[in-house]
Amino acid sequence: MKLSVEALNSYYGPAHILFDVALDVGDGEVVALLGRNGAGKSTTFRSIVGLVAQRSGRIVFEGRDVSDQPTHAIASRGLGYVPEERRIFTDLTVDENLEVGRQPARPNAPQWTREKLFSLFPNLAEMRGRTGGRMSGGEQQMLTIARTLMGNPSLVLLDEPSEGLAPRIVEQMVEAILTMKREGLSIMVSEQNLHFTRLICDRAYIIERGRICFSGTMSDLDARPDIRDAHLAL
Amino acid sequence: MSTAPTLLSVERLSKSYGGVHAVRGVSFELKGGEILALIGPNGAGKSTCFDMLNGQTRSSSGRIKLLGQDTTGRKPREVWRLGVGRTFQITATFPTMTVRENVQVALLSFRRQLFNVWASTPRFAEVEAGHLLELVAMGGYAERPCGELAYGDLKRLELAIALANEPKLLLMDEPTAGMAPRERIELMRLTARIAREKSIGVLFTEHDMDVVFEHADRILVLNRGTLIAEGSPEQVRRNPEVRAIYLGEGLVYDARHREGASA
Amino acid sequence: MAFYVVQFLTGLASAASLFLVASGLSIIFGVTRIVNFAHGAFYMLGAYAAYTLTERLSGAFGFWAGILGAALIVAAVGVLVEMILLRRIYHVPELFQLLATFGLTLMVEDLVVLIWGPSDLLGRRAPGFKGAVDFFGQNIPTYDLFLIVLGPIVLAALWLMFQRTRWGVLVRAATQDRDMVAALGVNQKWLFTSVFALGVFLAAFGGALQIPRDAVNHAMDLRIIVDVFVVVVIGGLGSIVGAFVAAVLVSELNAFGILIFPKISIILVFLVMAVVLIVRPWGLFGKPEAAARRTPGLTLNPWRPLTTQERMLALAGLILALAVPLVAGNYALTVGSEIAIFVIFAASLHFLMSVGGLASFGHAAYFGLGAYGVAFLAKLAGLPMLLCLLLGPLLGVLGAAVFGFFAVQLSGVYFAMLTLAFAQIVWSVAFQWVELTGGDNGILGVWPEKWAASPSHFYCLSIGIAALAVAALRVLVFSPFGFALRANRDSPLRSEAVGIDGKRIQWTAFVIAGGIAGVAGALFAYLKGSVFPDSLGISLSVDALVMVLLGGVDTVSGAVVGAIIYKALSIWLVSQTDLSKLVLGGVIILIVVAFPKGVVGVLETIRNRRRSHSKDSSLLRSQIESAE
Repeated sequence: MKLSVEALNSYYGPAHILFDVALDVGDGEVVALLGRNGAGKSTTFRSIVGLVAQRSGRIVFEGRDVSDQPTHAIASRGLGYVPEERRIFTDLTVDENLEVGRQPARPNAPQWTREKLFSLFPNLAEMRGRTGGRMSGGEQQMLTIARTLMGNPSLVLLDEPSEGLAPRIVEQMVEAILTMKREGLSIMVSEQNLHFTRLICDRAYIIERGRICFSGTMSDLDARPDIRDAHLAL
Repeated sequence: MSTAPTLLSVERLSKSYGGVHAVRGVSFELKGGEILALIGPNGAGKSTCFDMLNGQTRSSSGRIKLLGQDTTGRKPREVWRLGVGRTFQITATFPTMTVRENVQVALLSFRRQLFNVWASTPRFAEVEAGHLLELVAMGGYAERPCGELAYGDLKRLELAIALANEPKLLLMDEPTAGMAPRERIELMRLTARIAREKSIGVLFTEHDMDVVFEHADRILVLNRGTLIAEGSPEQVRRNPEVRAIYLGEGLVYDARHREGASA
Repeated sequence: MAFYVVQFLTGLASAASLFLVASGLSIIFGVTRIVNFAHGAFYMLGAYAAYTLTERLSGAFGFWAGILGAALIVAAVGVLVEMILLRRIYHVPELFQLLATFGLTLMVEDLVVLIWGPSDLLGRRAPGFKGAVDFFGQNIPTYDLFLIVLGPIVLAALWLMFQRTRWGVLVRAATQDRDMVAALGVNQKWLFTSVFALGVFLAAFGGALQIPRDAVNHAMDLRIIVDVFVVVVIGGLGSIVGAFVAAVLVSELNAFGILIFPKISIILVFLVMAVVLIVRPWGLFGKPEAAARRTPGLTLNPWRPLTTQERMLALAGLILALAVPLVAGNYALTVGSEIAIFVIFAASLHFLMSVGGLASFGHAAYFGLGAYGVAFLAKLAGLPMLLCLLLGPLLGVLGAAVFGFFAVQLSGVYFAMLTLAFAQIVWSVAFQWVELTGGDNGILGVWPEKWAASPSHFYCLSIGIAALAVAALRVLVFSPFGFALRANRDSPLRSEAVGIDGKRIQWTAFVIAGGIAGVAGALFAYLKGSVFPDSLGISLSVDALVMVLLGGVDTVSGAVVGAIIYKALSIWLVSQTDLSKLVLGGVIILIVVAFPKGVVGVLETIRNRRRSHSKDSSLLRSQIESAE
């Protein structure tokens, strides 16, 4: 098991946001976390990587309990996180953005070099010296994934990678994620676009009002239109 | 609809920032009651176009005419006074006020009462504010603190605020971003109904092709600052250039669109 | 001609220290988003430490080792401060950070006097740079030449550090998004600490380098911090190049301004700053500040006018206050009048801060201008008291109209720094224009007329005016104007999109707040019978901020409670100890760290929690998620 989360509860000030969230990701698996805006997807990811100050529960990554670790320690163990709004360092060049993400190689994770990343995202190779602020949204999304991969993670949490991108770019994103999977990376994606999810994922969780309300394979989900309609409103 | 008068006419609008051409010679027209979508890849110049239309950004060249009146280079609040309402991609409301007060502030401003020290805001134009909230099906939320609203409700509140100045044109920047598919459809149906009833022209940007194809009367496609296609949803969907540049093979939206339509 | 060249070189030499301190402030702000008010204190500590070390260590090596050692020691103190204090306040609003670091400054001021004594200290001359170079009959100290060369060297070194090292890349990344840097596996805690250490090192180094030129004294912190604020406002916060260019500009303006307006040379700097702000509101090399991210979970309950019951309670409180003269003695009544005056003053600032979102760090300027207005009218024009009370505050209105016009072009920390700089300018004018203001000696003999002369009458007058002012401000809060002001604070984007002219509204609010502060100042002049430059000073501005903070920024009238508690406490404190700054600084830090919501805010939270105990938080959750 790559990642296993048990009884995760999170709070922002007085507000209780996540209720006993439990989920896991197997080695080399691509798992989806589906749900509407405000259902708790981003908070789940942020809680796992320690960006939510008030949380309780058990988060086991590669057999080690990281629940009490600070964000940077979790990340340097090989748990990569790609946030929702891309959050590129807009004043830094592509090369510098990648430099921030650079970490030593890990035995149990695929290794990435700049060259390998540039072949995964060919657009980036042409703009190494360009600052992040002068890139289009699609290019920024690729850079933010590449930046996280520079840390040679063994698991990546991708928060809504298709949001706000042109359909054609989303198709490129599908290719990139499938390549990452072939390299042996475990991936968890939060999404609203079920079609995108179908193209890349093995399993899915559905989160609603801070609680996990469905867990199963993609075909399990297709067999339950009631759940799909109730929580994804498709 | 073809008999309706031209509401907005944009002629060769351009904007460049330090040598970079964000928008190049964009021209189009919009009639009252018509819903026009502006789509294109990120960075194609959609937001810049929007900001120029509502006065947030000054255009480098070109003209914008609203009901025959030249609004090029006017400030946002002047454009607003001429009858342009706007909603934002990330909702912009007043979180420390109640839902009704949010609308009341817009009404106060519209009636030029902002420097009236003797009025009490909580009692100002309560009825009109209530009507506007009813219009977007938020009547029951009037007394709620705006800071407590769910995302979809905030979007509807924003629409009510945008309607406070009895606009002739609504500019909606990614109105359904971040909403659940069903909420998207409801919001766009609501918008369409209001637009037809009041003969308001709507211009919106959107990344969700289901919303675009279902609700737009006409679509403009922008790429690298230039309009590359314009036409009905069907025409745009069939356009090979638009497919190559923007829509792709339809893997990530087409099927969903069909489902949404049949539901 | 040679004279002007020498004057120019003197300006360049002064620019070196100013640049060091300003670049340190800029670097710290860039990464931590904290405007470190205590930067002046670190500069001062650097000078004192260098004085002690260079006295102990002999020879040329000893001197330079002393200078460097002093900077390093103070940097180590900075590391402690960062780890103990700043790490606790990185997530609180910027106003609180400014206040906490100001509290630190207050403490350092008293500590410095405790350790090194109150008198000025003259340091050693720099070995090897004791002489002067002759330039067409004019002398240029060689030490000045050394400083002129040093500035660009430091600039180049900093530039290389930030552009060419991994540390620099990480720092620049953290400047933009600290959480993201952490999520990429970088221990940002130590990154912050190292940046703070570097910034403090630069400040202390700048201070240490001053000892061969200037005497070391315990007021040098505030003098430099105002100059530094002006430099970073002109150059742009966060830009090292901007700090350099602006430091040179300001130093040259000072060097030549003395020749043009010997008395009030600071006016020249002010004019340049005003021009820069109009043309480039974020400074010459600065960038527009991204909108501050709202802290999730801070839902605010909409404000309500008082209920009938609460109105009755307020009225009862007022009647009770008016009954005090029946039992209290003259001293207590004088204290009571002073408290009432500060209620007015604090309420005016509170209006600006809570409704307008504008945290002025120089609100005393308008209080003091009101006081001077009364003094001028009473002493020079000989007008009757009632007329003076009515017209005197107009000077505050005038000042607020002029300065407010520029200040509202900015927001957040820039606004705070600018208002502080303006207040300091007014203070300098009052201090230096002796012919008009009497300078340090002030204007004496501003006594109330007979009908208001007795302590009990003056007390009732003060209470009455305070009640009127607070009531008027409350009416304003719930009037359309108050809502428009609040709308602009909540969402400038939306308020502009519904036709609200935000700058005009803010300016009006600034003028109103300045006028009411002026009323307080006018009463204060009559209470004390005199006016001094102190009533325009930074410490009075900060007093007002603490009152507002103590009462609770997010409340409608918390400042009333804050002013009463704070003023009573500080009057008592001054009577008890000589180290009042030390205690006060400690109290400020404690409030910021432990009770950021203030007294009234805490009471309201408790009440609301009791009321909405069982409320479902799911709505809030979805809001927080979408806010992210």
